[in-house]
Amino acid sequence: MSGVWTLAELREGQISPVSYELLAWGRSLADSLEVELSSIALGSKIHDVNSLFDHGADIVYKVDDDRIEHFLPDVYSNVITKLAKAYHPQIIIASATTYGRTIMPILSTKLNTGLTADCTKLEIENGTLLQTRPAIGGNVMATIRTQTTPQMATVRPRSKKPISYDKSQRKIVIPKIEDELFKSAYRWMKFEKDESIDSPIQESDIVVSGGRGMKDENHFEMLYELAKKFNGTVGASRTAVDMGWIPYSHQVGLSGKTVNPRLYMAFGISGAIQHIAGMSSSEVVVAVNTDPDAPIFNVADFGIIGDATEILPELLKALGDENG
Amino acid sequence: MRIAVLIKQVPATDKVRMDEKTGTMVRSEMEAELNPLDMYAVEEAVRIKERMKDAHVTAITMGPPAASDAIKDAISIGCDDGYLLTDRRFAGADTWATAYTLSMAIKKLGGFDLIFCGERATDGETGQVGPSVGAQMGIPVLTYVSEISELTGDHIRVKRAIEGGHETVEVDLPALVSVVKEINEPRLPNLSGKLKAKSAIVSNLDAAGMEADQSKIGLGGSPTRVVKVFYPKITRNGKIVRSKDPHTAAKALIEFLKSKEII
Ligand SMILES: Cc1cc2nc3c(=O)[nH]c(=O)nc-3n(C[C@H](O)[C@H](O)[C@H](O)COP(=O)(O)OP(=O)(O)OC[C@H]3O[C@@H](n4cnc5c(N)ncnc54)[C@H](O)[C@@H]3O)c2cc1C
Ligand SMILES: Nc1ncnc2c1ncn2[C@@H]1O[C@H](COP(=O)(O)O)[C@@H](O)[C@H]1O
Repeated sequence: MSGVWTLAELREGQISPVSYELLAWGRSLADSLEVELSSIALGSKIHDVNSLFDHGADIVYKVDDDRIEHFLPDVYSNVITKLAKAYHPQIIIASATTYGRTIMPILSTKLNTGLTADCTKLEIENGTLLQTRPAIGGNVMATIRTQTTPQMATVRPRSKKPISYDKSQRKIVIPKIEDELFKSAYRWMKFEKDESIDSPIQESDIVVSGGRGMKDENHFEMLYELAKKFNGTVGASRTAVDMGWIPYSHQVGLSGKTVNPRLYMAFGISGAIQHIAGMSSSEVVVAVNTDPDAPIFNVADFGIIGDATEILPELLKALGDENG
Repeated sequence: MRIAVLIKQVPATDKVRMDEKTGTMVRSEMEAELNPLDMYAVEEAVRIKERMKDAHVTAITMGPPAASDAIKDAISIGCDDGYLLTDRRFAGADTWATAYTLSMAIKKLGGFDLIFCGERATDGETGQVGPSVGAQMGIPVLTYVSEISELTGDHIRVKRAIEGGHETVEVDLPALVSVVKEINEPRLPNLSGKLKAKSAIVSNLDAAGMEADQSKIGLGGSPTRVVKVFYPKITRNGKIVRSKDPHTAAKALIEFLKSKEII
């Protein structure tokens, strides 16, 4: 068995931060099992492999090839399957991003093993992995054991802070992959950046969300301004999305995105269970709502009973003063 | 063109009971509905049928006998027919065993050019079943599809909603497509749809009928086991203050953020 593996994630050759968070998860598992932690990096013109060592990896398996500049599910899964069959990892974890959520079920099918999605806790008991995850909008938590190997799981982005690591062996393995495995059924064509969103809402440190209580699209401008001041992104309840005030990619909740930022601010959001499902694991929650009985206050660390559309201008002004 | 839509029946309320012993959901005694995210898959399939004369749409679900209601819902908004995969031995299946069962049924039914599924089910919330079915079938998987830009008898080009934007990719058919909410606005059933659904006969398929390997289905065929189930308390007992005036409220909020070292 070759220990614990994490699937690094790359965008245009650049290692994305979720890869380091994943190494923090992997490090604690590898330490309890007393095995090595490896990171699997697939891509083209990969920069800064060393940063993976700095954040917890002992070994990096690197496949750097022009033909896999973009995510091709068949090639990626074939290559990782080949590596897993050759090196027998005990555990493989990935981030619950669109990449992780696509590649992991394909891999687990090819490797004939179980997979647990969106874990909030991973621990080792008697040498085996226990995976805890929420289900049904966070109403139920289940602890799951996979009886086959590798044991595979995805974890939510932002669910752990990256660590720094100085005991790495810094071993890079460059496996030989036959040309045959690079043949893809996918014809990748282009990527168009979404202009309305600077960074994906799931990866944001601070999410500033609005709901029906924001009253209209114009009031949402204040949320964009606030998000900008915090270097964060704007989220929304389903009602706000349904009203057409903001695109669906910003929706937080059961049928939208799950976020767990350091700070989640809810302006004019009632806190229906389906909304809470997408934000309850945020570190700090602030809510502004005119209704003292709004359920959002149950999950808030700090709440203000008041009018969001009146408090926001004051908040923006005060923050402006703070910054000089 | 033969199109299949994979749909799931999920509990309609948030009052869900779990069987503490087996760790699976107690489905009886609850109100159930068609997984809301699967409506988008059904709608997209039906829209293709409306554009392409020869298209035929089959809804497929695995579940208890009552799940035939989900098939009827799908027929009421335009699917041509449907199959319910039901067998006591399917019970307790995890995503791996569910995907295996669905893929065996698809093979039994003679294969499809396009297989649609939802992004995820609102009960299990894994989003694993779709890609896993595609992998079982050995066909390309297109996840997070927000637009079908081009579809012919032999290929499909889609936009995928991924972090930070949209990616365009193309594959030859057959392919499996999982859709996101952005893709369309599902219709409500009209009267003739409702009547059609009422009289529709939902065909059943069991393990023997689809020649499934008994060791790969249900709880026994599932590589994962639920070892414990618990109900978390999400209340935070935070400080709630009434705003005297917007200015003071904003100041209090800033003080709080400072105390948390956020600003
Ligand atoms: C299957 C399913 C999936 C769903 N998925 C999601 C999901 O992913 N995400 C999601 O968000 N919802 C989801 N919902 C919908 C959810 O149940 C709620 O309807 C929705 O979250 C409500 O949005 P809201 O809080 O903006 O609106 P409302 O519930 O109408 O609440 C508005 C709130 O604003 C307050 N308010 C009004 N005026 C002001 C003001 N001037 N200042 C401050 N506060 C004010 C009100 O007191 C109220 O609490 C889902 C529902 C279902 C059935
Ligand atoms: N029992 C089932 N029968 C048919 N389709 C299913 C079943 N379970 C899941 N699916 C499909 O797979 C998607 C993802 O489900 P899940 O992996 O459970 O989140 C759903 O939106 C459905 O399209």
